[in-house]
Amino acid sequence: MDLNPTPQERQFREELRAWLEAHAPRDWEARQSAAESMEERFAYLRDWQRQVYEGGWAGLSWPKEFGGRGATLMEKAIFTEEMARIAAPPLPGILGLELVGPTIIAFGSEAQKQRYLAKILSGEEIWSQGFSEPNAGSDLAALRTEAKLEDGHFVVNGQKVWTSYGWASDWCELVVRTDATAEKHKGLTVLLVDMHSPGVEVRPLRQMTSESEFNELFFDNVRVPVENVVGRVNNGWNVALGTLMHERALLGAGLQITFKRQFARLVELAHSIERNGRPAAEDPVIRQKLAQSYAEIEIMRLNQMRAISRVMQTGMPGPEGSIQKIFWSELNQRFQQVAMELLGPYGQLTRGSEFAFDEGQWAYTYLRARGNTIEAGTSEIQRNIVGHFVLGLPKSY
Amino acid sequence: MQFGLTETQQVLKNSAREFFSAECPIGEVRRLMETGTAADAALWQKMAHQGWTGIIFGEEHGGLGLGLVEMAVALEEMGRALLPGPYLSTVLLAGGAIDAAGNRAQKQKYLSRISMGEAHATLAMLEADARWEPEAVRMQAFHTRSGFALNGRKMFVPDANVADFLVCAARRGADLGLFLVPRDAPGLAIAPLAAIDSTRKLYQVDFTEVPVAEEDFLAIGDSAHKALERALAVATVALTAEMVGGMQRVMEIAVEYAKARKQFGKPIGQFQAVQHLCADMLLLTESSRSAAYYAAWALQEQAPEAAVAVSIAKAYASDAYREVGNRGIQVQGGMGFTWENNVHLYYKRAKASELMFGDATYHRERIARMVIDEARRGRSSAA
Repeated sequence: MDLNPTPQERQFREELRAWLEAHAPRDWEARQSAAESMEERFAYLRDWQRQVYEGGWAGLSWPKEFGGRGATLMEKAIFTEEMARIAAPPLPGILGLELVGPTIIAFGSEAQKQRYLAKILSGEEIWSQGFSEPNAGSDLAALRTEAKLEDGHFVVNGQKVWTSYGWASDWCELVVRTDATAEKHKGLTVLLVDMHSPGVEVRPLRQMTSESEFNELFFDNVRVPVENVVGRVNNGWNVALGTLMHERALLGAGLQITFKRQFARLVELAHSIERNGRPAAEDPVIRQKLAQSYAEIEIMRLNQMRAISRVMQTGMPGPEGSIQKIFWSELNQRFQQVAMELLGPYGQLTRGSEFAFDEGQWAYTYLRARGNTIEAGTSEIQRNIVGHFVLGLPKSY
Repeated sequence: MQFGLTETQQVLKNSAREFFSAECPIGEVRRLMETGTAADAALWQKMAHQGWTGIIFGEEHGGLGLGLVEMAVALEEMGRALLPGPYLSTVLLAGGAIDAAGNRAQKQKYLSRISMGEAHATLAMLEADARWEPEAVRMQAFHTRSGFALNGRKMFVPDANVADFLVCAARRGADLGLFLVPRDAPGLAIAPLAAIDSTRKLYQVDFTEVPVAEEDFLAIGDSAHKALERALAVATVALTAEMVGGMQRVMEIAVEYAKARKQFGKPIGQFQAVQHLCADMLLLTESSRSAAYYAAWALQEQAPEAAVAVSIAKAYASDAYREVGNRGIQVQGGMGFTWENNVHLYYKRAKASELMFGDATYHRERIARMVIDEARRGRSSAA
C-alpha cells in the first residue's frame, strides 16, 4: 500500500495542469447562470471539446491506434479530478467518449471504427444513448422498441426516455428488440442510428430543476442500414453492458472534487452567516453536520482510490466499487441538506433573487441532488446488485 | 499510487486469519469472557511467538519493526476473531506510550518485556469526567524524597487487573507527566467496572500515595503530551482496524444466515428488505475499511492530514460498527437476540469500541477544529 503518486502520475498531473492553465475557459461557473440559449451554450461546450481534442486529451483511455492516449485508469481519474478542480466545462461529447466509443472499439466492425471514432473524439459528432423506455427503467431488458429487417434495413418503431443530450445528438446508440420470441435478454440488438433520419423526433423533458438535461426520443418507421449493427444481431445485451463495468469505477473521481469545492465555500459562508448571535461556524450542531459531510466526502475519495487500485491490480472491480454509486448519491443529498440548514431562509432563494447566495447555486444543487439516487441505477437497484452479485444472495426478481 | 495490500501484507493477513481462527475460535472467546480478566497466558505466549506483541516496536526492543498498515492488518484479524484480553492496552496504549516517551533504560526494561510477551500493561488516563483530551488529566503527582507519589482516581482503565504495570497520566503542577507504576505498588486499589463488553474488561483504579521511583518517571510537559497523543492516535487507528474486522464478521454471519434461513418457502436473503440491510452492511464495512487503512498509512507517513484522517476513521467506524451490528441482529430476527447467537458479542464490542478514544461526536468536533477553524485561521494569516 503506497498512496503517494508514482513519478509518472505526478508528471501526468503536472503536464495536464499546465495545459489546462493555458487553455481552459474560466467563465463556466458564471456562465451557468447567464441567460443564453441551450444552442449557444452547446456551441461553447463543443468548442471546448475541440480544444481538448487538439491538445491530445480527448479519449484519454482509448488505445493509441484509435486516436486515444492509452492512459491508465489512474491517469483518467487524475484528468477528471483536474477538470473538476478548476471547474472546467464538461465535454458535450461525454457519452461518445465514455460509452459509445469504447463500445465500438470493443464490438464494432473495422468500417464502423473508421467512420465514427475520430468524430467522437473531436466532438464533430455528438452521441446519445437510447436505453431506458417508459416501461423499461430498472428492468432495462424489458425494453420494447422494435426493429424489423426489411430489404437491408432495420425499421425502428418505439420510444426512449431519459436520453441525455438527445436534442443535441447527431447519432444515437440504440438498443432495440429484434427477436420478440426470444427470452428478454436474448432478443436485443445495438444499432447506430443517425438522429437526422426521417421519423426521429426529440422532445425535451423538463425536470423539477426546470432544466431539460434529458429528452424523450420517438422513432416512427426509422430506417437504419444493417451495417449499423454493433456486434451480432440479438447479442445487444452483452454489447450494451459490456463496457459499462470498468467505467463505473470512475464515477466518483470528479464528484469528490466538486463536493470538496462546495464544502470549502460552505465553510467560508459558515464564518460569515450568523446563528444565535455568533458565526454559524461556531454553532456546535452546524459543526457536527459539516464535519460529518467532510468525513463522508473524504471517505468517498478513499473508496474511489481503492476501487481504481483494485481494477488496475486485478482487472476486476471489487466490492468497494459497487457501493460508490449508493455512497455518493446519498452523501450528496445529506450534504445539500446540511448546506440548506446552514443558509437558513436564504437557502431557498434561486437565480434571479438579488439576496441569493452564489446566484442561487445552493437551491439548485439541493434540487438536483434529489435525482442522484434515481439516475444511473436507483439506490434500490444498486442494493439489489450488491446483495446478489457481491454478497451472493439469491436474486429477488 | 496503490491503495491495496502488497503481497507481503496479504501474506501477513492470511497468516493472522489462520492463527486466530485456530487459536481463538469463538468458543474460546466465550470461555475467556466468563473469566475475571478475559486473558489467557497460553494464547498470549503463542501470540508473542508470532511477534504480534512487538509488531510495531524496533527490533532492538524485541519487536518486528513493522509499519502501521501492517499493524492495521493484524488488528483487523483480531477484531474479526473478537480476540479478548489485553492486546490493545498492553501493546498499543502502554507499549505505544513507552515507545514514544521512554528513555533507553525504560524501553529496555519495559518495552522489551511487552514485545517478548513477558508482561501485560495498560494506560491509566481517564478520570471521573471521562474525557479523552490530555488536557482533561487532573490527577496530581507529588515530589517525594525517593521520587513521586500519585493520588487520585482513574476510570475506564482497560485490563488493569491483568497488567503487570500501568502507564499513568498525572500532573506535576500544570505540566502533564507520564509515570510507570507496577500493579503491586502499595496504595494501588483496582476494582472492576461491570460493563457490557465482557471480552475487554474495564476497571476503576484508586491511587493513595502510590510511590513512583525516579527512574520510572517517563516524561513531562510537551514531550509527555506529544507521547500521549501519539500513543492515542496509533491506538485509535488500531482500534478502528479492529472494528472493521468485527464488522466484516458480523456481515458474514448475517449473510450466511440470510442464505440458509427459509420463510414463505424461500431463503429470507431473497427478499429485498433483507438484501438491502446486507448491502448497507457492506457499504459501512468497506467505507470504514478505506478510512482505517488510509489513517494508518497517513500516520505512518506523518502526512499533514494524518490527524484529520484518524478522526474521520474513528468517527465513521464508531457509527458504522454499531449500525452493522444493528442490521446483523435484525437480519437474524429472534435468533439474533439470543445469548447463543454470536452477533451480540460483537454488538457489545461495537458499543465499547465506539466509546473508547472518543465517539463519533467527539471526533467530528476534532474534524471541525481542523477543517472549519483552520480555514478561518488560514485566511486571516493570508490576509
